[in-house]
Amino acid sequence: MDALTQRAALVDRRPMNWLERIYLWEIAKGMGITLKHFFKKKVTIQYPEQTRPFSPVFRGLHVLNRDEEGRERCTACGLCAVACPAEAITMEAAERLPEEENLYREEKYAARYEINMLRCIFCGLCEEACPKDAIYLSETFAPANYSRKSFVYSKDNLLIPDPVKDPENYAKAKGLIDKKKKLNS
Amino acid sequence: MTLLALDWAFTLEKIILIAIIISISLVVAMYATYAERKVAGFMQDRIGPNRAGPFGILQPLADGLKLFFKEEVIPNHSNKFLFILGPCLAMLTAMMTSAIIPWGGKVELGGRIVDLQVADINIGILYIFGVVSLGVYGMMIGGWASNNKYSLMAALRGASQAISYELALGIALIALLMLTGSLSLRTITDQQIQGNWWNIVYQPLGFLIFFICSLAECNRAPFDLPEAESELNMGYHQEYSSMKLGFFLFAEYINMFISCTVIATLFLGGYDMPFVDEAGLSGITALLVGLLALFGKTFFLIFVFMWIRWTLPRFRYDQLMNLGWKALIPLALLNMVITGAVVLFTMK
Repeated sequence: MDALTQRAALVDRRPMNWLERIYLWEIAKGMGITLKHFFKKKVTIQYPEQTRPFSPVFRGLHVLNRDEEGRERCTACGLCAVACPAEAITMEAAERLPEEENLYREEKYAARYEINMLRCIFCGLCEEACPKDAIYLSETFAPANYSRKSFVYSKDNLLIPDPVKDPENYAKAKGLIDKKKKLNS
Repeated sequence: MTLLALDWAFTLEKIILIAIIISISLVVAMYATYAERKVAGFMQDRIGPNRAGPFGILQPLADGLKLFFKEEVIPNHSNKFLFILGPCLAMLTAMMTSAIIPWGGKVELGGRIVDLQVADINIGILYIFGVVSLGVYGMMIGGWASNNKYSLMAALRGASQAISYELALGIALIALLMLTGSLSLRTITDQQIQGNWWNIVYQPLGFLIFFICSLAECNRAPFDLPEAESELNMGYHQEYSSMKLGFFLFAEYINMFISCTVIATLFLGGYDMPFVDEAGLSGITALLVGLLALFGKTFFLIFVFMWIRWTLPRFRYDQLMNLGWKALIPLALLNMVITGAVVLFTMK
């Protein structure tokens, strides 16, 4: 019968010769192998300081996007909540007041926008459903916490940093989003 | 009044020396735990502990502190006295061996000739044997007093292993003693310094047997059957917690340090720095060079102990006994006979 793969190796079942039976030479060979590994490059990634690079298709925690002037893009249309198979997203819409034009991009906005990260399955369907480019999945994942409540992320946790007030962090987060956009298009 | 006629300076000198040696053994044992974890890590392509202090050098302190803070548990059904005696004995015997090791040559300090050996007794090697054999009592008493089947089994294994390997160890040493003609470790070292070669050149097989048996005596892998984690749940350690457990673990490392020093003294020339003529150096320099040489050899041997541990899997019990009784003892006997014949015919 042919082997299923070409990788099968035949086990050597010959009786041990004298050199193998006295065991010492074989031990020396084994110790040579461990010594080689002693000087090899270590594979450890020092986690909190270093992180393993994620794949560009990684789906982590959500980010609520803003436009260049720092106005929230979300219009609380609810399409993401409808698309969500885990029913993790809830929101409340509100009408923009005249003096809030620098805060929200369109007349309607999300007064409350919550994602329950314990329910979320990070499928990314919200990202696909959004017609306003308002929600993206970032490269961070939900950190550990002590209470269930703290896993319900509100707008404070989700919103991208304001490009006017905090351009540095905004650029960082924006970079990820752009990378994602390029990938999706 | 005869009591007061003691040489007080001599007593003081020895007490200070003992204190220094014990603290050095403890520090070395402490850092041996760190080294063990580092070596294990490096051999498995990992980094090992590196969080406590720079490069993790405070790790042993953190480990010790943790052990001190753990709850002290004494099982209900155990013999309380023996249960506490076990780790004490393990620690005591581990420390006692260091008394007769010549750590360096004699030096003149402030008009006194100071001997860097606590006791230069003429039966040094016999003393080592006595104390090493006592060492197994710590394990046996601890295992028995735990009143637990795994601990008892581990204690039995440890005892039978120690007995089996002590025989080969002793016979390997007898061959060495035939060559040196002395039981005093000081004399053996001096001979190696004055002679051209270390004893390992004259006794390669003896060195190998001695080394393997030392591994077994220290309960180091691949002979760590008494604490086989996978079969015996850590063996005789099982019921121990807090610093009593720490003592057992610590005693193992002290044992390792001391037996490496003994091997270095017996076979690798002790405090003899190769290619350096000690007689030409001044007192303090010679002392430092000697210490450097001895500790260098010891640390290298400790590294080899660890290297072996992280390379080889554990022996099965029957393999252990086969190796001890059917391989090492006949080899040691053969070595002894050959050495005896050579000594008889050549060294008249």
